[in-house]
Amino acid sequence: MELTVGPNQFFWSADRWTEFYDDLASTPVNRVVLGELVCSKRLPFYQDRIPEAVSTLIEAGKEVALTSLALITLKRERKQTAELAEMGVEVEINDLTALPHLPKGAKLSVGPLVNVYNEGTLVWLASQGVRRICLTPELPLASVRTLAFAGADLGVEIEIWGHGRLPLAISGRCYHARLHKRTKDNCQFACEDDPDGLDVTTLEGKPFLAMNGVQTLSDTYATALHQIDTLSEAGVSALRLSPQSNGFIELCKLYRQVLDKDISGADAVETLTRMDDNVRLSDGFLTGNRGVDWSGEQAQPTLRI
Amino acid sequence: MSQSQALIPLFPPGLARVLRVIPLAPLSLSLTAYSRKIAKTHPSLFRRLGEFDHVKFVLDPVDLPFVICLAPNGGVPRVTVTRGKGDGVARISGPLAALIGLVHGAYDGDALFFSRDLVVEGDTGAALALRNAIDDAELDLAQEIAAISGPFSGPLLHLTAFIQRHTQVYLTRPEEAEAW
Amino acid sequence: MVMEIVCPAGTPAALRAAVKAGAHTVYCGFNDETNARNFPGLNFDRQEMREGIAFAHAHGSKVLIAINTFPRAGNEAIWHRAVADAESCHVDAVILADLGLLDYAARNHPGLRRHLSVQAAAANADVINFYARTFDVKRVVLPRVLSVQEIAAINAETEVETEVFVFGGLCVMAEGRCSLSSYATGLSPNMNGVCSPASHVEYREDKGVLDARLGGYTIHRVGQNEPAPYPTLCKGCFGASDKRGHLFEDPVSLNAEQLIPQLQKAGVTALKIEGRQRSRSYVTQVVRNFRTAVDALEAGRPMPEGMLARLSEGQAMTTGAYKKTWR
Repeated sequence: MELTVGPNQFFWSADRWTEFYDDLASTPVNRVVLGELVCSKRLPFYQDRIPEAVSTLIEAGKEVALTSLALITLKRERKQTAELAEMGVEVEINDLTALPHLPKGAKLSVGPLVNVYNEGTLVWLASQGVRRICLTPELPLASVRTLAFAGADLGVEIEIWGHGRLPLAISGRCYHARLHKRTKDNCQFACEDDPDGLDVTTLEGKPFLAMNGVQTLSDTYATALHQIDTLSEAGVSALRLSPQSNGFIELCKLYRQVLDKDISGADAVETLTRMDDNVRLSDGFLTGNRGVDWSGEQAQPTLRI
Repeated sequence: MSQSQALIPLFPPGLARVLRVIPLAPLSLSLTAYSRKIAKTHPSLFRRLGEFDHVKFVLDPVDLPFVICLAPNGGVPRVTVTRGKGDGVARISGPLAALIGLVHGAYDGDALFFSRDLVVEGDTGAALALRNAIDDAELDLAQEIAAISGPFSGPLLHLTAFIQRHTQVYLTRPEEAEAW
Repeated sequence: MVMEIVCPAGTPAALRAAVKAGAHTVYCGFNDETNARNFPGLNFDRQEMREGIAFAHAHGSKVLIAINTFPRAGNEAIWHRAVADAESCHVDAVILADLGLLDYAARNHPGLRRHLSVQAAAANADVINFYARTFDVKRVVLPRVLSVQEIAAINAETEVETEVFVFGGLCVMAEGRCSLSSYATGLSPNMNGVCSPASHVEYREDKGVLDARLGGYTIHRVGQNEPAPYPTLCKGCFGASDKRGHLFEDPVSLNAEQLIPQLQKAGVTALKIEGRQRSRSYVTQVVRNFRTAVDALEAGRPMPEGMLARLSEGQAMTTGAYKKTWR
């Protein structure tokens, strides 16, 4: 099974961004998807650094793809999307708008924010030249299994959400701007201060969601660390690890160790919880009753109020 | 047709006091008979309840000194009127006129809920199923009563029409205006 | 051309009420997980659908069937059957969201008119034209993330008819791309056709203070005389940094009644009312109101003042994304 690093969902400074991808070059991952997924206003801050990051990663032997935006509405965003194809790198489609812009025969993949729930959609995407699909994190194991099976027949590799705060929703409205009583057009980049999203709690003070500009994520970090054997048996080709500001390199190594059977999944989860005791885990979409559920022992959430 | 939902008439307190002492067993019996009659003429109402056709509901007219327990029983309903809190998976409370107006499609359930004229407790899904099933049945309680009242049906309908005019309580199904 | 009023019906009685109140078109769904309002006690079995469509056609109204959830892997046959049954019920169009289902319908039921559901969240002219080219989609229901100017720009670049929401519950997130509900309750709009389902809602009233919980999370609390909210996730009350409030959206509903003239200028074909889960009383009042409005517009009379606030969640209204400052 391969490891893919998904596009960074958060807004980091250009220097931090560069440093992150430089570090990734030496980690045991197979594939890196980069570029701006969430908000087109962030892109100009690091756009000129993308070509170099791509070269660095390719030289380090990684496969590289560029993501489209998750929600494309403005003229500027449509233009950005059309230009993606001209970079000469594989494009990961996260809004279907990107598809008609890509040249016939180009290498295509589909990211977790395009709705692929069933074989019919998979077959149709395959007919459009798609060779890899990272499924929406919402899917239960039974669906993953069915789709991986269907994908194998069509030469489409199936990747699933391996680790990270779950992308739950995308909106036209910017919640960070709203929180600071600003409009989206005059957001003054309020999301910049929250490199892993801003924690959102319920009225009882329970951690629940995370705000990231126009995106809403889960509070919990989904992990498939202890389910790798099951997923591999289900025919899943790759796990997606979603960038986070702390300990990401260690995280990549931990996943690789489990894939290489150097340590057990259970031990790896143990290590994971020790890495940051303020991180709450979940695996409910895959195997539980609801997304937030966690099949392992759950430490009481630490509240920061 | 329904206009403002602002003013929901309350049951006259004097009359409500009288109801405190009347025996409830006969009322339960006749309401059960009445509901079985409705079950016969509106079988789809119970079909719509789906998984909730065997649970118990409590309807609590807050301006009356008793509650109405409704057990749909898969189409053989039983109604029990009691002075206690009643027993059921879901409780729907509101002025009698609101509950009756809801049955007659004069009010929108969500709107009454938003304005807190209606309070739902317990299994919200069950309450919703009941609301939707009743809304689709297009019941007219006065017509149903008249239909089982034989020779008294004519005068009874006149009486309900009279009360409706003078109390603004929707005792019958309002005409849906014809726009075509 | 009078703007088309597209009205919801969760039950046969609501369908008849909508037709009588003057709806040009009514949309509804089968009583299973194939539609995005799969609520207890709602929707149509095959027989009711056939009769409802016949009733509407006899009175000059059209009917659309929403088959707008995303078929479950391994069980697509349920959705395929829904499309086939919709055609045999003589429906005027089906409203679809899933790529695979659109492809299936285009290949197997080419004569059945296809609309693109809001659940597909097609938010720009490029992707709308792509859907039209690929699946011969005749109309697109636009996601509620666009301003009136953006809608006008889309219409200038496409031949596909556009339908926009003008009243009712308001999704704050791009539709069809939101897993908040399944994260908290296990039931999702995309897979199960429900959002923040009633089965996971719990109300607790204590000394006039009403708490609303969803999946065990308290996301609403109101005092004695405040309007009661339904705990829809995106309209819940939350805390973040030192602030507390409705961080995503207030408990409001959409009312774009006064924007109808602008929407007409923007080239919009049809005005959609949300609320298949609402009563026939709601349907009658809202349809009559909007029908009066479009008839007034057509006759060159001023827009009538709205009177629908009471029907709204939180008893408050917004024009949503149609005004750019909402974002």
